[in-house]
Parts: sequence; structure tokens; C-alpha cells
Amino acid sequence: MNKLQWWLLTCFGAFLLACSKSEKIKEQVVAFAGFQQPAGFPSPAYKFANNKVTREGFELGRKLFYEPRFSRNNTISCGSCHLQTSAFTHHGHDISHGIDDRLGSRNSPPIMNLAWNTTFMWDGGVFDLDLQPVAPITNFVEMDETVGNVLAKLRNTPPYPALFKKAFGSDNITTADMMKALSQFMVMLVSDQSKYDSVMRKQGVSFTPDEQQGYAIFQQKCSTCHQEPLFTDQSFRNNGITPGPNNDEGRYPITLNPADKYKFKVPSLRNLAYTAPYMHDGRFYTLQGVLTHYNSEVTEMPTLDPLLKANGKPGISLTTNEQQQLLAFLNTLNDQHFIKDERFSQEAIQ
Amino acid sequence: MYNIKHSLLTAAVATCFLAACKKDNAVTPAGDNTVKSTLSIQFDNIVGDRNLQLNTGVYTNAVGEKFTIERLKYYITNIRVKKSNGEEFVVPKDSSYFLVSEAEAASQFVKVKVPEGEYAAVSFILGVDSLSSVMDVRKRTGVLDPSGGMDGGMYWEWNMGYIFFKMEGTSDVAPADPSGRHNFRYHIGGFGGYSAPTINNIKTINIDLTAGGMAKVRQGREANVHLMVDILKMFNGATNVSIAAHPTVMFGDFSTSIANNYTKMFYHDHTEN
Repeated sequence: MNKLQWWLLTCFGAFLLACSKSEKIKEQVVAFAGFQQPAGFPSPAYKFANNKVTREGFELGRKLFYEPRFSRNNTISCGSCHLQTSAFTHHGHDISHGIDDRLGSRNSPPIMNLAWNTTFMWDGGVFDLDLQPVAPITNFVEMDETVGNVLAKLRNTPPYPALFKKAFGSDNITTADMMKALSQFMVMLVSDQSKYDSVMRKQGVSFTPDEQQGYAIFQQKCSTCHQEPLFTDQSFRNNGITPGPNNDEGRYPITLNPADKYKFKVPSLRNLAYTAPYMHDGRFYTLQGVLTHYNSEVTEMPTLDPLLKANGKPGISLTTNEQQQLLAFLNTLNDQHFIKDERFSQEAIQ
Repeated sequence: MYNIKHSLLTAAVATCFLAACKKDNAVTPAGDNTVKSTLSIQFDNIVGDRNLQLNTGVYTNAVGEKFTIERLKYYITNIRVKKSNGEEFVVPKDSSYFLVSEAEAASQFVKVKVPEGEYAAVSFILGVDSLSSVMDVRKRTGVLDPSGGMDGGMYWEWNMGYIFFKMEGTSDVAPADPSGRHNFRYHIGGFGGYSAPTINNIKTINIDLTAGGMAKVRQGREANVHLMVDILKMFNGATNVSIAAHPTVMFGDFSTSIANNYTKMFYHDHTEN
């Protein structure tokens, strides 16, 4: 425990004594640490000043995240397509099945380290986490519900009014309180305890020779877009996968800028072992498939990322051996602790 | 960083204690002492020289296409009034958001509190200004609360932003959907983009009241500025919009042509003082 945390504890202690509250509350306050800035991570993009994470807000957000009343017929929750065991994506599904088993058109992205995201969704059409849930709630193939109806259902479902009162001071459930609670849960989903993180923090762990070699290749050939330590630079790029049958133009419909055609958000490389399949439409079922793409299947297109045509021929050349070493390194980005953290699990709901 | 956190904590803890000791001695903030009264601005939707009748009225645009209108909604925000001496009053932002709907008569009277006096001009934004388009969800209350349903909703959740103007109806020249209906849909929005610049359809409308009658705002009376909103001008203007060629216009380049047309919809008919 560092100096800051001791100082926090002392202050809370003094405050509690002054208010003469019970021991029970003191324990709870001390036990809930709120959002913790991971060592070595940049400053979060999320505006915590507008939504301080509290124990009550976080727990309410977790309950809401697993609440099927968000969908028209009370069958689909956020957790339906964002499973903790899959780093909060939908493992094994190229695209997800939502309400009435309707199919979407894009791969469900993992919910992790969202506090650092500057935009959301594969096309960046959402720029505020506090308003992101409106999209899946109202989407015809996901939850097919209205925000107004969700609020009405929650108002009529104990113990929600009481939980909102505890978290936000009023049992009149508003759009803002519901969204802020969901955000509190989502920003807490921090993945920063992979082997890579332990190595970087010099916690007595080191890379194997293959991982070390793979890390060198990664830094040389991948790290511009998949920038450490979040393993994304948050940009939108065309990585040369050919347009699929639905000709998804990616970011273009958001900006209407022809230069954005077929560009998608650079995804993080953390937790790849749990988040297959890969790409915006989940077309690659294995990481080997992804590496084969970069090595030999990158398609020349007008908006193909310049970094992928640096050597005359489109793509990133990788020998078989280099690919194996790269895969070894990518494996060090898997965070077992994250996918097993009890604080985030549905079972934690009381 | 540590020092900042340290002092913030000290401040926060100090505030906790102080808050506990503080008594009810709050002072009302010194504000604008001018006496304010209600000014009403009426948005009377018409089609050319005829009153708009939802579902039943049949109208014809400049390219000769017949159509009916089933839904018409638009945002009126950021209202300002100006006296003949040039003195301007800006209605406080949080009391300056309205959603006019043809289906709800009361929504067609936009009521604001302004200082007493004679006004020679009013102006407003047709749409939602860019700052409000990106503000915190907690400030998005009333007509800006995105909890309105998809169908009647005025918000794009997939490309975050408000729909400024929504008009839907039917026309035989529109292609049939799977249910056999020939719908057209115009959902116009676009505040300029958040992380990358894109179309901006925010339009400021200035209305001169001197010819049709100045608005005399005073206590005990409710001056009503009666505006006509000729929605035929959405079709007919610098670009004559064809329903057959553009049955559905949402977030796309052509929406700017429609927005340029519809800025010409408003004219002042008279004032009831």
C-alpha cells in the first residue's frame, strides 16, 4: 500500500469518526478502491470528474450490465454478447445473435480498458461512453427496445429504485443515472495484469527467448498502430482485408469522408486468446489466420494504410519463425486475472 | 502528480467537514433584475398556400410529385430577441430547447421569458448547437433526453447526434417497402463532427418583425409572434428535391441541400400583442 492510499484511509477514518457511522460502513468504504490508475498507463480519456466511481454506482452498473430487461422481451442483457470469460466479447461468434436470434453485422468488441477509449464501436460513431448503451438498446437486431421503456421497467422493478437512490440520491430513475451507473461498471473493467504487464513493471517475471524475440518483432512491425501499453493507437485504418459481402464501409458513413472508406478502429491486442474470432466481421478464427493475412493476403485498395505498403508489396513480411515468435509474445498479453475477477462477474450480484 | 492529488484530497476532506458545519445561509446569486415576461413564438406549419393536415392532405412539390405527410418534428433552440435599438437578449441556454411537432398542438407555441420591451427581431437555431450535441448526458434533459423511442426519437445513437428535422410520409413515387408502403423519410442532422469534421446542418434563422408587427412584451400579456413554416420549401428551393430520386435522406451529403432549402421555410405573418 502506498503513501497515497494510507492518506486516503486516514482521512476516511477521521471522517467516519466525525460522523459516528457504524463499523460496517467503514469496512465497505475501505474495501472499495474505486478506479485505480494502472502503473505505466496513460491518463484515462473518460471524464471521471463527471462520474465519480462509487461502490454503490459500480454495483448498480454491474447489475444493469447483466439485466435482460434492457431488451424488448427481457431476453438479452449487455452480458449476453459481452461475456467475462471471453474478456467481455462473444467468443466463437463472428457476429452475434441478439433478440429473436437476429444477427448483427459486426463482431462484438471486448469491453476492456474503455476508460482510455476516445471513441467507441468499430467505426467510432459513438464518442461518449455515457451514451454508448443507447446504441445496443435501440438496435433492431440487438435489444430492439427504447431507452424510455427500459427506464419504465426499472422504475417498476424492485430493488432498482432503492439502488438508484443509494447510488445517486434519487429513486426517480433518469437516463443520466442509468448511463452513469453502466459507465461506472464499464470503466472498472481494466485489464492490466498480463505477463507483459508484470515484465514491464519488473515484478520478477521475464519473457522467454521466443517471447522476447516476438516482442522485438512486434515493436518493429506492429507497434505503430497497436501502441503500447493499450495496444491500440485509437485510430481508424484500412488493414487490407477485402470488403465483405455486405460491403461494410466502416468509418465512412460516420465522417462522409471518402478517405475513411473501409477503415475500422485499430483493436487492442490484449486478451486475444479469449476474444476470437478477429476483425470487424470476425472473419479470422485463429491468430495464425490474421498473421497469414498480414504476411501475404493484404489487398491493395485506395484507402489501404500507408504503413502496409511501405515495402512496395502490400503487407508485413513475416517468416514462419517470426510468426511463431510473434504469437508467443501475443500470448503474454492474456490476462487471466481479468477474466476471473469476481468483482466483474454476474455471480457477484446480490 | 502526487502533490496535486494530496492537496485535492486535503481540500476534499476539508470540504466534507465544512459542509457538515455549514448552515442555511445561502445567498441568492445576484442576477438580471429586469422584469421578464412571456414571449410566445408560434410555429404554424403549412404547405404552400394550404394548412398542413397530417395523413390526409395531398400536396404536390415543384417536380410534380404528390405526397402526404405523416410526421413532422424539428428542434428550435438558442432563441434570441432584439429590440429596434439593437439591444439583444439571449434566452438562457437551458430554457431554450424546444421540439416542435405537428402532432402536438402545444409544442407549436415556443414560450420564453424575456425582458419587457418591444422586439423587432427574433432568431433561433433550427437544430441543436454543436456544444449541446456533445454535452454530458446529465445535462441532456427534457427534449434533449435520448430516451425518446426510436420511432418518434430525434437522436442517432449509431452516429451520435440529434436529428434536427424529421419529416416522413408517403408518395406513390417512393419505392415500395416489403409491406407495400411507399414511404419517404427525411431525417436531417449533423453538427459538424466530434473527432473528425463532417457535415454541419445547424442553421440559424433570423426573422424580422418590423413589417408584420413588433412584439410588445409586458406583464399580464403574452405577445405571440405568429410564424408560418412552409414545409413545401423543404422540397422547392435552390435544389428541387425529388422524392423519386431521394426517397430516404438521412446522414449523407444530399442532406445539406435539404437543409439549405428548409432555412427558407419561416416567415413572419403577424404578431398578436
